[in-house]
Amino acid sequence: MTSAISVSGLVKTFGPTRALDDLDLDVQTGEVHGFLGPNGAGKSTTIRILLGLLRADSGTARLLGGDPWKDTASLHRRLAYVPGDVNLWPNLTGGEVIDLLGRLRGGLNKQRRAELLERFELDPRKKGRTYSKGNRQKVALVAALSSDVELLILDEPTSGLDPLMEAVFQDCINDERERGRTVLLSSHILAEVEALCDRVSIIRNGHCVETGTLADLRHLTRTSISAELAGPPNGLTSLAGVHDLVAEGNRVKFEVDSDKLDLVLKQLVSTGVRTLTSQPPTLEELFLRHYEDAK
Amino acid sequence: MIGTWHLVRLALRRDRILLPIWIFFLVFTTLSTTTALEELYGTQESRALLGVTANANSAFLAMLGPLHDWSSLGGLVVWRWGVFAGLFIAIMALLVVTRHTRAEEEAGRTELIAATVVGRHAPLAASVIVAGGASLLIGVLQAVVLIGKDLDVAGSFAFGLSTASVGLVFTGVSAFTAQLSENSRVSNAIAGGFLGVTYLFRAAGDAAGESGPQWLTWLSPIGWTEHVRSFGDNRFWVLGLSLAAFVVLVGVSAYVVTRRDVGLGLLATRLGPAHGTIGTPFGLAWRLQKGSLIGWSLALFVVGMIYGSVAQAVGEMVQDNPALGQIVQKIGGADAMVDAFFATITQLIGLITSIYLVQAVLRLRSEETSFRAEPILATPVSRWGWVASHAVFALAGGAIVLAFAGLGLGLVHGLQTDDVGTVLPKMLGAALVQLPAAWVVAGVALLLFGLFPQLTGVSWAVVSASLVITLLGPALQLDQWVLDVAPFTHVPKYPDIVAGPLLWLTGVAVVLLAAGFAGFRRRDLTT
Repeated sequence: MTSAISVSGLVKTFGPTRALDDLDLDVQTGEVHGFLGPNGAGKSTTIRILLGLLRADSGTARLLGGDPWKDTASLHRRLAYVPGDVNLWPNLTGGEVIDLLGRLRGGLNKQRRAELLERFELDPRKKGRTYSKGNRQKVALVAALSSDVELLILDEPTSGLDPLMEAVFQDCINDERERGRTVLLSSHILAEVEALCDRVSIIRNGHCVETGTLADLRHLTRTSISAELAGPPNGLTSLAGVHDLVAEGNRVKFEVDSDKLDLVLKQLVSTGVRTLTSQPPTLEELFLRHYEDAK
Repeated sequence: MIGTWHLVRLALRRDRILLPIWIFFLVFTTLSTTTALEELYGTQESRALLGVTANANSAFLAMLGPLHDWSSLGGLVVWRWGVFAGLFIAIMALLVVTRHTRAEEEAGRTELIAATVVGRHAPLAASVIVAGGASLLIGVLQAVVLIGKDLDVAGSFAFGLSTASVGLVFTGVSAFTAQLSENSRVSNAIAGGFLGVTYLFRAAGDAAGESGPQWLTWLSPIGWTEHVRSFGDNRFWVLGLSLAAFVVLVGVSAYVVTRRDVGLGLLATRLGPAHGTIGTPFGLAWRLQKGSLIGWSLALFVVGMIYGSVAQAVGEMVQDNPALGQIVQKIGGADAMVDAFFATITQLIGLITSIYLVQAVLRLRSEETSFRAEPILATPVSRWGWVASHAVFALAGGAIVLAFAGLGLGLVHGLQTDDVGTVLPKMLGAALVQLPAAWVVAGVALLLFGLFPQLTGVSWAVVSASLVITLLGPALQLDQWVLDVAPFTHVPKYPDIVAGPLLWLTGVAVVLLAAGFAGFRRRDLTT
């Protein structure tokens, strides 16, 4: 596997604010990569540097094997971008904008354009100023998804979409994955990232704090267990990796570090298990843990 | 109307820098004009001579209006500054009103406000109060400044309130135009176009003195201020016209507000094509800029035709008046006077065209700040290509606008003198020689955009300074180096066209443009 995007030690300051502070990011070719972080964490800044719209103060960034600042024109032929704030020209219709962006990128797939307009239920004849936020985003999404490019860079592309359209979007991204395209999806909607992404990078205050597959990241967190045992839950408290234990007679509820799960289950089985529910860690918990640590 | 005062405070908070600058600019210019004229025309004889020559010079008449009363310093101030003060205060009023009504609505902020305890009329009322209040304040301060210079109290107030009245009328005009379109740019363009028409009616009415169509001045709010005859008859009743216009316009706008939905205009938006034909950055720039280019070309064509038609009357005015004839002989005869008229007019046209050029360049900045440049620059379009796509409208578009002005001048004047064949090329040339100086102004705007994007708005200060120095500088006897700063000072005067200054002005423009291009290539996109 080669890297479609590889960034290391990226620094970007705006006056006194340090928007990116030694940021690393690696996106493999062909994967859907989630780029997670709260507002102001530096997601859009990173993306703008990757697009050559901003110039990094230091660090290196490589995009599709090129330098995003120097090789803009040749790189941009191979990627499509959906900005976080989609602002359209008031007098141009959505259809005109889609075709303009497509042509500037070197052509777009007409059949796919028609198909996407239908799936997103977008009327391309309306003028830019009359679209709602969600519909402006759809215009940018249709333009990007109907281009034949290797890499899609999407900056919070669904923040204005309703749940039905969110589902359509997820279908479209899965189609893109099957076509073998690389997607960098910045988001703060965890369910979306969980449903779509092969790998995730979590960024906080301009620094990448966690990166890996969801499975990798889950190892770093805890599973919640609630069980009804055959006898009193002896010995659980003394086990390493068990947290927040609540015992009521033969019932127990606790959380366990994912890498200690094996040991703890053995202990439970030795007592005898009547019922057991276990909940895998959600990305939400992972996310919250990182941000709570920061406070 | 509930909540109006909260919105007034909000507007004042947002305009806390802009409004004081406008007020200071207008009041200070009144003071400095008065001081300068006091020094230049201290004696009765010098004033009388100025009076005769000013009223015999069509260029002066068209630009400034007649000098009704030269016996007092106040009369000179009214003549020299009155029309311009009216123009500037009108621009202030229409920008302020649009900014707090249609622009807010377009940005979706009115919706936010309208959902709180605020009456339907409150945003309109607040903007009218702010713009109208600022106009009145400027008028009163103007009067106070003049009284401070020991001028007649009634005359000072007549002049101050005349200026304020233009502000009030255009507060009303833009309150109305803000209801028409969903787009604040269009609102401003319609109100600004109306201001241009009122200035032209006044100019056409005044340009040929008694032998011209003077009734035209009664169709213009700026013309009304001349009819007040401040420091002469002080006909305050004329201001009733402005007040009536203000009340009617605001009333109609308030009625329209109750009849339309928030966010929409009277001019409905229709569906457009589902497929686009634009496929290049230039194609997009053409789509965005063509309206302005066509509008400016037509407007300046009409300006050219109006001034072209006046030129004939300039000659007749001299024939009608033997006393004038003598003075005119001293400055080289009737032909020389017509030439001088064209020299002044083409310079004025050049200055006005520089506004178009700067506006075309600044489109780059508004595209950038509204996040519309970003998706374009994320395609294979280079920074250079994107800037060039808009800059070409300033550089080549400026030539087109000037050519239309020259065409208007040449066609009408040529037809009147039965000599289109020789007059037309001459007038085209006289208009087009203004181009390098206008390029320099556009170059400054592009330089600011490329190197200091946050300061791009300073371009308007550059345009204003170039206007004020070129138009008022010589009469106020400013130092030569001040005059030399303004590019239009160096443009050869019709009919003595020489290539030298045109070449080096073009050189300066090229350097400024290149620096702007290079700066933009190296900088971050900012908002």
